[in-house]
Order: sequence, then structure tokens, then C-alpha cells
Amino acid sequence: MREVVINTNKLTKRFGDFTAVNEITFEVYNGEIFGFLGANGAGKTTAMRMLIGLSKPTSGSATVAGFDVYKQTENIKKNIGYMSQKFSLYEDLTVLENISFYGGIYGLSDAQIKTKSDELITSLGLQNEAKKLVASLPLGWKQKLSFSVALLHEPKIVFLDEPTGGVDPLTRRQFWDLIYAASDKGVTIFVTTHYLDEAEYCNRISIMVDGKIEALDSPENLKKQFNTHSMDEVFYELARGAKRVE
Amino acid sequence: MRTIKFLLRKEFKQIFRNRTILIMIMVMPVMQLLILPLAANYDVKDINLSVVDHDHSSFSQKLISKITTSGYFRLQGYNASFKNAFQLIESDKADLILEIPEGFERNLVRKNEQKVFIAVNAINGTKAGLGGAYLTQIIGNFNSDIRLQWQQGKGNNLPPIIDITSSNWFNPFLNYRIFMVPGILAILVTMVGGFLTALNIVKEKEVGTIEQINVTPIKKQYFILGKLIPFWILANVVFTIGLLISWLVYQIVPLGNIFVLYGFIWLFLLAVLGFGLLISTYSDTQQQAMLIMFFFMMIFILMGGLFTPIESMPGWAKVIARFNPLSYMIDVMRMVILKGSGWKDILPQLWKIALFAVVLNTWAILNYRKTA
Repeated sequence: MREVVINTNKLTKRFGDFTAVNEITFEVYNGEIFGFLGANGAGKTTAMRMLIGLSKPTSGSATVAGFDVYKQTENIKKNIGYMSQKFSLYEDLTVLENISFYGGIYGLSDAQIKTKSDELITSLGLQNEAKKLVASLPLGWKQKLSFSVALLHEPKIVFLDEPTGGVDPLTRRQFWDLIYAASDKGVTIFVTTHYLDEAEYCNRISIMVDGKIEALDSPENLKKQFNTHSMDEVFYELARGAKRVE
Repeated sequence: MRTIKFLLRKEFKQIFRNRTILIMIMVMPVMQLLILPLAANYDVKDINLSVVDHDHSSFSQKLISKITTSGYFRLQGYNASFKNAFQLIESDKADLILEIPEGFERNLVRKNEQKVFIAVNAINGTKAGLGGAYLTQIIGNFNSDIRLQWQQGKGNNLPPIIDITSSNWFNPFLNYRIFMVPGILAILVTMVGGFLTALNIVKEKEVGTIEQINVTPIKKQYFILGKLIPFWILANVVFTIGLLISWLVYQIVPLGNIFVLYGFIWLFLLAVLGFGLLISTYSDTQQQAMLIMFFFMMIFILMGGLFTPIESMPGWAKVIARFNPLSYMIDVMRMVILKGSGWKDILPQLWKIALFAVVLNTWAILNYRKTA
């Protein structure tokens, strides 16, 4: 049995009368790429925010990297990386300055920051952009940069919230290469996405509908289960039942 | 501690890359200290006076010339009737009407008693009030002058006169600039510190960068210190520029110890920045923060004792003024700069500001949540 790094049990978040996340229970194993799918408004982001310690659950329980999401959020934060839907590095700082800032916040030494910066810039091919303001980079590069910054402190788990929203297919492909590279190093990837072709890249996926997890398995098994050849069909089959409208 | 180093480095880089903010920080104190004290003038001059003289006597002429030579009034002309003169007030051409009744000289000489009528356009309350008072005083002088003349030659029968001489301490010539400049400087520092801090954090909320910060294991008191220190330093720079301007332009040199002044401003800035932080924790957009800040700034400024003395406010307003950190700042500025007060004298204000600083910052740190 593989080590469980994320474990939720009937995790729920309510905003007033609205139940955004309704008793979700699942496990994520060490080193896997876990796809978190669902239509807009299904509750993916809310669920993720509870796991990374940005939002307090209403009920249920969960642990991330062995730490409790109610009481040990700061311990969780040491062990995870996060890349939000919205680009959230500092646009008025240069690439290098962003790297060094986040490195410093995570407690890396000056020497570590130096090595990490060099590594990162070479691997992303940003040599000419290193001293440019992040605001001047194209979106695809920004996404790759923020993914790399999320991995700066070598977290056990990295959470990606729609990381490839709005970028071209080629950049998406390159982005997934980065994800695979991180996964090969043993980092657990928790990724939400709208793109069903990306779902195929995941080891296991869960599909959320109206705040509940309606399916959870490997893409192959899900396709077998729904007797179809494409993830699209699986998704439509499940999402059709959704009552929530955006 | 290392975290703070990184936070400060980031913050200063961002500030120095933001030209608008930088220019505002440097230009605002210079411009406002050059313009405001000259414009916010309490002296009332050039009051437009319209005269209705029904008497046309030498005494009425004497009175009018005494008034016009005082330098405070500008004669808008003579009118035949009060009705005509009143039209001037209605069209805002006159501020005051002086009506001298028929028989002014005769009654004055014979009965030793006469009344004149003053009508005041009270739309501009300050001008009207002061103008009326000036005029009353001049007529009073005129009155005692002629009484004195008439008594002469009648021997020892002089009327008893109590002569009051007053001397003004700390600002002997009642130069309003000396009074205003320290106060305006206090407001400037408050605005720069308060607004910048509040808007800066809310901007991070708007852009979404704060979320990236919130998923790091950073301690929130470090994050808040990283925000406080840069703006605290900037506000000190503004204050120093302001002191230099008051010295170079208005020749105002603090009579008291400059360290007393800085010591107080350091504590005061902690309070103001803490307030800015607090507002930022309650707002989600820069617009909200701006509006809330403006609401409080208006109260702070208008009830801070700069434009109207707190002592003459009604009781409930005095209570509000006690919760206004700016009122203590303006107080201390005037005490140290004009009176030369020392540590001992400003101790009461110092305690209160320290209390403000502690309460506001603790509140802000408690209300800043990394986990919603």
C-alpha cells in the first residue's frame, strides 16, 4: 500500500445555506498525479482552498502531508506548493526578484536561492528575461514560472488550480512536461482542470458534480465503467446531472 | 528576522518602481506646505462696506473716514437708502452695511447719545463675524475719542477708563502661519502614512498576490511588520522634508528638542500605520479602503484642533476628539515647535498615542487572517 499524503473524510464547506463542498471523501497517494475535475462552480477551488489552509472547513476532517487542516495549517503550508488560478507572482518585480523573494519567505539560504534561481532559469530558458519585470512576460511563461516558484522549497505536494487556463495547446503540452518532471522527482501533484485531454495525463481523477465527488478512478477504469472511449463522454454523463447553474 | 529582510527588500523595490507614489510622497508635502499656509489665512481683509449716510454731517464723515483708513474695509460707495444698499448685499457686492441715521451729529452733541445700524451679510460667517466686530470696535474708538475731546477743558472730570493691554506669548505677532504650518505638517504625515499602508495591502488582495503569501508558512506578524516598516520610514522622510520647508520658507525652527519631536512622531506613526493596516484588513478593494479612510480622515482633520480649537467644541465633540490621534499630534507639534516643550510636558499625549499604537496594531494583527 502506498503512503497516503492527502486524506479527507466527509469534508464539507458551507457558505450560509449554500453547500459548496458536500462531504467529499478521498485519498491521494504519494507521488501520483491526481486530477480534480468538475464543471465551473462544482466546488473544486473551494475544496482545494480547504486543503491548502486558506479556508476553514465547516465539517468533516482532512489531513494533508499528515497535518490536520483545522489546527496545523501552518505545518501544511511548509510542505506544499500552490499555484492559483489567477497569476499571483509580483508583476512589478523581475523574474529573479520573485524567485529570491519566495525563496526567502520559505526560509531558503542565500546559497540555496542562488542555485535554485540558476537551475530554474536555465530549465525554463529564461536567461534573457531573468532581469525583466514579470509583467512583460507572455502568459505561458508566467504560468511556467509560477509553477516553478511553487516548487522552489521542494514541497511534498503541489496544488495547481487550473494551471493551464488560457494558454495555447503547445504551452499546455510544455507545462505538462514540467508536471511530469516534478512527478518523477516524487512530488505529489494535485491538479484541477477543465481540459479533459489533460485528465488523461493523470494517474487518477475525481469528478465533482454539485459539491460531491461522483467518480474517482484511473482514466482507463472510468472509461470502462461508463462504457466509452473518451473522457469527454464520462464527463458529460456525470455533469449532465448537475443542478447548479453558474 | 531573515523573512523581514526579504519582505523589506521586495516592498522598497516596488515603491521605488512606482513613480506616481514616489512623486506624490515627495511633491505633496512641498506643494501643500507652500500653498496651504498662505491660503488658509485667518486674517479678514478687504471687507466690502456699503454706507447709507442720512446725516451728511462732519461727524458722519469723520466716522466713515476712520473706518476706511483702518485698512480692513473697502468702501463700495454711498447709497441713498438702506434698500439700495441691501441690493448690494443680495448681489454679494457688499458684506456690511453701515447706516448712519439722520440727526447723527445733532443727537451726538446734544443728547450725548446716538445709535448707528450695522447690517451683516452672514453667508460667510467668519468674514461677517470678524467684520462686524472690527466695525464695532472702530465705532467704539470713535466714540471714546469724541468723548475725550468734549471732556477736555472741563478739568478733572475725565471718565474712568480701564485700559487693557495684552501680550501674546509664543507667537507674539499672532502670525497664523506659525500656528498653521506645524498642524498642516501633522495632517500630511497622517495622510501619507495612513493611506499608503491601507491601500498597499488591499492592492495585494485585489491582485491576488496575498493569497500566494498566505499559502506560505510566513508568520503574520512578520508580514505586517514588513508592511509597516517601509511606510514608517517613508512617512519619516516626509516629516523631515516638511520640517526643512517650515524652516527654509517660514523660518519656523522648533524651540524644543528635535528628538522629543521625532520621538513622538515615531510613536504617532505606529498608531497611524496601525490604523491603515486595520482598515486594510476590513476591505477587499482599494475603493473600499479609500472610502473608509476618507471618512475617518475628514473627522480626524476637522476635529483635530487645527482649524477650530477643541476647547470650544461641544462636550460630545470633545469626547470624539479624545479618540482622534491627530489631535494629540497637532497638540504636541505646537507645544514642541512653538513653546519648546520637553518630554515631561508631552508625557500625557505620549501615553495616549502609545496606547493607540498598541491597540490598533494588535487589532490589525488579530484581524488579519491567513485562513478565512
